[in-house]
Amino acid sequence: MNFNSRRSKALKKWDDLKVRKGIIIYVGAASCGRAAGCDAVTAVINKYLTENNLKADIIEVGCIGLCCFEPMIYIQKDGNPPICYANLNPKIIPALFEDVLQKGDVRKDLALGVIDKKGYGSIPSIYERPMLKPQVRIVLRNCGIIDPTDIDHYLARNGYLGINKALQMKPEEVIKEVKKSGIRGRGGAGFPTGMKWEFCRNAKSEPKYLVCNADEGDPGAFMNRSLLEGDPHAVLEGMLIAAYAIGAPHGYIYIREEYPLAIERLKKAILQMQEYNILGEKILDSDFSFDIEIKKGAGAFVCGEETALLASLMGKRGMPMPRPPFPATSGVWGKPTVINNVETLGTIATIIREGWKWYSGYGSETAKGTKTFSLVGKIKRTGLIEVPLGTKIRDIVYEIGGGVLNDKKFKAVQTGGPSGGCIPASKMDLGVDYETLTSAGAIMGSGGLIVMDEETCMVDIAHYFLTFTQEESCGKCTPCRIGTRRMLEILEKIKSGKGEERDIELLEYLASTVKNASLCGLGQTAPNPVITTLRYFIDEYEEHIKNKRCPALVCKDLITFNIDAEKCIGCGICKKNCPAEAISGETKKAHVIDLNKCIKCGICYQICPVEGKAVYKTSGGSS
Amino acid sequence: MKSEIKKIIKLFKDKKGALISILQEVQKKYGYLSSEAISALAEELKISENEIYGVATFYTQFKFTKPGNHQVKVCLGTACHVRGGHGIMETVERQLNIKHGETTKDSQFSLERVACMGCCALAPVMVVDNDIFGKITSTKVKNILNDYNRNGGKKQ
Repeated sequence: MNFNSRRSKALKKWDDLKVRKGIIIYVGAASCGRAAGCDAVTAVINKYLTENNLKADIIEVGCIGLCCFEPMIYIQKDGNPPICYANLNPKIIPALFEDVLQKGDVRKDLALGVIDKKGYGSIPSIYERPMLKPQVRIVLRNCGIIDPTDIDHYLARNGYLGINKALQMKPEEVIKEVKKSGIRGRGGAGFPTGMKWEFCRNAKSEPKYLVCNADEGDPGAFMNRSLLEGDPHAVLEGMLIAAYAIGAPHGYIYIREEYPLAIERLKKAILQMQEYNILGEKILDSDFSFDIEIKKGAGAFVCGEETALLASLMGKRGMPMPRPPFPATSGVWGKPTVINNVETLGTIATIIREGWKWYSGYGSETAKGTKTFSLVGKIKRTGLIEVPLGTKIRDIVYEIGGGVLNDKKFKAVQTGGPSGGCIPASKMDLGVDYETLTSAGAIMGSGGLIVMDEETCMVDIAHYFLTFTQEESCGKCTPCRIGTRRMLEILEKIKSGKGEERDIELLEYLASTVKNASLCGLGQTAPNPVITTLRYFIDEYEEHIKNKRCPALVCKDLITFNIDAEKCIGCGICKKNCPAEAISGETKKAHVIDLNKCIKCGICYQICPVEGKAVYKTSGGSS
Repeated sequence: MKSEIKKIIKLFKDKKGALISILQEVQKKYGYLSSEAISALAEELKISENEIYGVATFYTQFKFTKPGNHQVKVCLGTACHVRGGHGIMETVERQLNIKHGETTKDSQFSLERVACMGCCALAPVMVVDNDIFGKITSTKVKNILNDYNRNGGKKQ
């Protein structure tokens, strides 16, 4: 069967699905949906269906990115558009199904929206929700919509039209198209993708290799996982186009071992591609042949750095190498290699299909297109979002994210993971693109956006990131190996109330040395969290050092837990749960914490049921 | 063990640079990389044990002592950190009476910390074997661990 008949068959299958009589239930079953409990929900659904003698197709889809609404399902009845129901739990399912399936009541109270551009009846389109409305979904266009394990779904959504078109172009023309689109590497550094391809194409050595970097190691970032779980074919099609453009017969996907579901989805997708003659020898009856091998990482953050990744890919210790030579001239087995990030590759097919002009219509002056971000931390609506580059931080936090959790005061947003920095509330009107974030001391990074509120201590955050980079430093070069260790020791001192005034100067000095003298990106960027917090939150450091006080009430050595006798209702819950037996008091009478026994675990503070909490924290004499 | 290891090596026969993949398969089979397994590998692959240890100790995935029946992982990624992941870790440590990186005396649980599970929107997160638990609290930790303990080490 040729490509066109495969495609028409897939289109027919997709259309049939959309108008089919009967019940179809779509379950958001990416890792995040599973963590939120979608398996328990699915079990109850199956039980309900059997008990009521109802037949339904259950289709597992990826993550639509509205993580705060998980677990969610969409119910499609008799060819009407699917309606999304969110924040479900097993208890609610029987009543919901009774109403929707048997009584014909769409349960507007539980419905999040219709999975369609238009609304249906009294329920508006999900894309009109404040979280989705400002987004432009190019990379994520299929996530949460299609069944990622069915290549026909991808084909029906214009999948593999990009490679089909590319194969009718010369490789040089493909590169030109990508260059004109202005897309830059989405892994963080932002090197122009088309240029990277051109370097590799022009390198005089064979064979060439293509590597997809799926070693998403930044804590707080999960864009690549979501894309691979929700739409693996998009990334694989991007790999085909890239390989054709640079002339590579072999490709690798280097993926974190911590992402088992993504690996499973990729393996399945690769088998389907082979079956459809989209991978292997003479792809789509052209002269282009290409194969893909999956390599699992083994847990080393530094392997996200391209030269370290190459070492690991070749079965060695994942230590970085000095550049040049760049991988484009000497990469896998010393051969010219292009290493592209998952998201970059996930965008390529759409660029080829729709043309560079269309793509470059999105974004800012220096950064074209869209970028996905994982919006997490102290924010109301957490999730995976995609916005045009240049979108203001304010719009992301307030419009899409709905503002800070529990309406606390917004303090900062952290971008770029351990290599990035904290951007304070006063810089909220900055747009997110490579240059703007770099000028603010942070980096774009792979796309983690972590929102911090007044209860986040910036010294603690700097300490947290440095703990991470210090542990992940591979130890090859001295500035990174020893410098990060020394910086961490100073931060530990400050956090525990033993900081001295000269420590700040020393931190600044060490930060600049580590930044300038380290061998690879890990060390060169490791001081960023310290540099930005020193730049924007110096007063917090000074409070810790001079007044031995943690203003955000986080640093354990500087805080104490107390119970407000007037608010305490004497319920005894804190006493029961205190692991140190530090709380005493009779039922219905005010309780007291014995500060000598208290280990400051914070459980009492967390579980105190009194409105406004009877347990409170103090630091340095004032609360 | 030798014949099993030969089988694993065979899977990667024509693949260059497969050492890490081979080690992953060996660990999958035995739960950890024992010194016997590493000597057998060295012999079969005709490389020194040093070389294998050199690679294996670089990566946090590889374990050199026998792990417990259940692997508990507490996520300490950034999102989990700002939402109280460290408190969760301390609670688990107290509950199991071990520190991270250790195994309980009855070999029931091993405890590890991980940098990020990619479920940041549900922070804080912990994982037991292959089950991910999101939005956990110190009180929930106890119930989760008890569930695994009570049923002869199996989840309900």
